[in-house]
Amino acid sequence: MYVYDEHDRQILAERVAQFRDQTNRALAGELEEDEFLPLRLQNGLYVQRLAPMLRICVPYGMLRSDQIRRLARITRDYDKGYAHFTTRQNVQLNWPAIEDVPDILEELSEVEMHANQTSGNCIRNTTTDQFAGVQDDEIADPRPYCEIIHQWSTYHPEFAFLPRKFKVAVNASERTDRAAIQVHDIGLQMVRNDKGELGFRVHVGGGLGRTPMVGPVIREFLPEPDLLTYLEAILRVYNRYGRRDNKYKARIKILVKALTPEGFAEKVEKEWEHTRNSPTRLTREAIERMQGYFTAPDYQALDNATDLLAQQRFEHRAFDQWLSHNVTTHKKPGYAIVTLTVKETGTPPDDVSDRQLEQIADLADEYSFGEARVTHHQNVVLADVRQDRLFELWQALQPIGFATPNLDTLTDVICCPGGDYCALANAKSIPVAESIQRRFDDLDYLYDLGRIDLNISGCMNACGHHHVGHIGVLGVDKKGEEFYQISLGGSSQHDASIGKILGPSFARDDMPEVVAKLIGVYVEKRTEEEEFLDTYRRIGIQPFKEKVYA
Amino acid sequence: MPEIITQDGTIKQDDWVLVSRPEEGESLQLPEKQPALIPMDIWLADPHAIVHKPGLGIWLESHDEPERLEGMVNDLPLIAVNFPKFSDGRGYSIGRLLRERLGYRNELRAVGDVLLDQLQFMKRCGFDSYALRPDKDINKAARCLNFFSQSYQAATDTDIPLFRRRAG
Repeated sequence: MYVYDEHDRQILAERVAQFRDQTNRALAGELEEDEFLPLRLQNGLYVQRLAPMLRICVPYGMLRSDQIRRLARITRDYDKGYAHFTTRQNVQLNWPAIEDVPDILEELSEVEMHANQTSGNCIRNTTTDQFAGVQDDEIADPRPYCEIIHQWSTYHPEFAFLPRKFKVAVNASERTDRAAIQVHDIGLQMVRNDKGELGFRVHVGGGLGRTPMVGPVIREFLPEPDLLTYLEAILRVYNRYGRRDNKYKARIKILVKALTPEGFAEKVEKEWEHTRNSPTRLTREAIERMQGYFTAPDYQALDNATDLLAQQRFEHRAFDQWLSHNVTTHKKPGYAIVTLTVKETGTPPDDVSDRQLEQIADLADEYSFGEARVTHHQNVVLADVRQDRLFELWQALQPIGFATPNLDTLTDVICCPGGDYCALANAKSIPVAESIQRRFDDLDYLYDLGRIDLNISGCMNACGHHHVGHIGVLGVDKKGEEFYQISLGGSSQHDASIGKILGPSFARDDMPEVVAKLIGVYVEKRTEEEEFLDTYRRIGIQPFKEKVYA
Repeated sequence: MPEIITQDGTIKQDDWVLVSRPEEGESLQLPEKQPALIPMDIWLADPHAIVHKPGLGIWLESHDEPERLEGMVNDLPLIAVNFPKFSDGRGYSIGRLLRERLGYRNELRAVGDVLLDQLQFMKRCGFDSYALRPDKDINKAARCLNFFSQSYQAATDTDIPLFRRRAG
């Protein structure tokens, strides 16, 4: 994992001092509200419906146990004792006081953390696959490149006031895309060319929100050393020509569409010609230096614990289910990747208490080299667990509620904080998630249904990524009442697609039954090998419509 | 006389006058005794037509294309870039292009909605003088120009990004 040097420490200390000064001037009335707004947003501070919200950056989702403990302490000392995991691998506090934020940022800086650029019209946290570095289908570990992008984008003087927010994601797996790169402003797919050289396929202009779009490719192969100069060229074209007259048309996807992907690419290439050989071009030494931070932990030479696990599975059915659903193959023999599902029915999905955070930190120390990861699906991963200790870990997880073996099933819901917390939301999202989780509480049935991504957003801003849910739910406001619109067939994988709207929206109380009817159509029509998305793609939306609106 | 902040945070008096675009049917009104900044496109229409004894420079709107000045920038003693609203970030790209692409060496001034907390970004993008919005405390400018003692990326102020400095 990346470790700060004296440069990083100094820059961050200066940033904290700067924000303290800015907050003091805002509280003293020297800064107008609209002048303070982008400054606080770029330090992660929103003002929400009930209280301010502070979004803390977790670069590409990686956390050390001491950082998790510090987060726990901060939620206790400055908040109500819990935090929320976001779909961009960050952590949110929902109740901090504005005047405390400089102190919170100072406490975070002591463990090499911050809230930089987690909000505002700037380059946001760069995200990647939560299984980076531990799966065998990677072109290369994406995290060094994420950190290189993270540092380049931090307080970039030219791009602090873009037309709109800007999100970059990197994926390194050939088989799958757990980072949803095609719905990002820039999506980078790591690839090798015919000569075996490393590079990136560059997608630009994907995104959710009001105008959901899958990002087209503007360059098939960008050589590794050219990463930053090319990003800078894209950002410069966007900064100069992106629309600023209408915030709903200000994302880069609108510019790419207006110019066509070919036209946009041409502008970028022309700009890049001027800068591609500038000192911003990465050096071999800089890349290797960064890779040196992401080396394998101190693995032991082990064999796969196949017999032991088979016996334990045979003896404990619940362990067997958990192993099938929440444990993933590791590239190193004898190790496994474990996903802790933070989505126990009866608690708001994706929220964790201070005590749970400390338990995660303890588990990370005990079982996974002191590191944990936040996933795009708002769960937590222990990436390096010995197979012969999985049973012991599973037993430890039971009492704290992280062993619900529902990963990637219907009840592993992606959900934004919604109208319970967020000033932007049209409707609540957490109670909808909970009512659906209650309706589908039979695990065997859930397993039989297979992979179903249910994504819920409380408004158009799409923080719950409803467009790319196999089943997407969007909260809408109808004359002051909360209704929910359903879309079907979205996907954030390599075969990315945007869901289609089913029809008129539903009242909240009807939602579990409506979802049950949709599932009913799938169960009735599926062939033996089909998952929900396959069936939908084969039969189309009509049968679902007929059933639900009958 | 208006006060202008320079790159090192000191305050200087200068009497450059920003001449706004003439209304339709009216002609450009230059001040008699003071140097004048005129809209870029008016100057570009015929750079030699307008002779102004006390001195002549130009100003750019945030949507103007600095590339149109290629080969001519150093004929101008002062170029100003207007930030119509502080949150309009196009001026930062214009600054870098004027300096790094077009080789502009003379004074580059930020005008318009210029506030304290953007000064260091402006400095990094090649601006070396700043007409702070009059309601802001000019005495705080020096501190705001220097919140950060170093940076991660290259820009106009340094062409050596931190990853190259780390190697050294």
